[in-house]
Amino acid sequence: MLGRGIDRRRDGQFRVRLSAGEREVLAALPGQLREALAEGDPSLYRLFPPAFTDDDEANEDYARLVGQGLVEGKLLALGELERTAHAETLTEADLGAWLGALESLRLTLGTQLDITEESYVAFDESDPDAPRLALYHWLSWLQEEVVQAMSG
Amino acid sequence: MSQTIEAPVEVQEPDIGDDERPASDAPWIVIVWNDPINLMSYVTLVLKQLFGYSQAKATKLMLQVHNEGKAVVSSGTREKAELDVSRLHAKGLWATMQQD
Repeated sequence: MLGRGIDRRRDGQFRVRLSAGEREVLAALPGQLREALAEGDPSLYRLFPPAFTDDDEANEDYARLVGQGLVEGKLLALGELERTAHAETLTEADLGAWLGALESLRLTLGTQLDITEESYVAFDESDPDAPRLALYHWLSWLQEEVVQAMSG
Repeated sequence: MSQTIEAPVEVQEPDIGDDERPASDAPWIVIVWNDPINLMSYVTLVLKQLFGYSQAKATKLMLQVHNEGKAVVSSGTREKAELDVSRLHAKGLWATMQQD
């Protein structure tokens, strides 16, 4: 009996083993991030990095050129995760959307929590942010599952 | 989406004199920077997916990012570099471009 997680099946599709509670979280998170995107929350800066380290004008041109496309791509992935959060079986395209949505969720939450390399070593249960840190680490676990399933 | 900027638009740079080689001739490089959020396995997968790199090459570049803080993952014209940066940004990686 395989444990929780995501596995590639022989037919090329993917089997998802998650609890109902975990799926509820996956279905709810995209809406929260969509709201933050609509509001232009500053913790989203990691989703749209500058392309040039020292050229503000070029960065503005770059943002004009690709900014909307980047937002649309992220919204699309979030919508797909929301739509398929309760699915037992995913196609490769579905799982690709999960991967992209999990990436956006982790980048945003990780920025808000000020994640560093040390955050992965020690987990302090008395930290006031412990519940959100636990969510972050769970999203990291799930993204790793997706990566391994797609790489396998 | 961002792939639509692939059109090879050649921008004519103003002539700045014979003694100064126009900077636009130098190739552009695309750099991926280390960050504490992206998973090592994810960075490797993205480099394979976007650039068609082998597992070995993608892993080597990922480790360079992880250990040295950054790695050059592609190079070419300004337009190609801009396209590559936007594809990396679409995947959530921290990427910038500069002239070599």
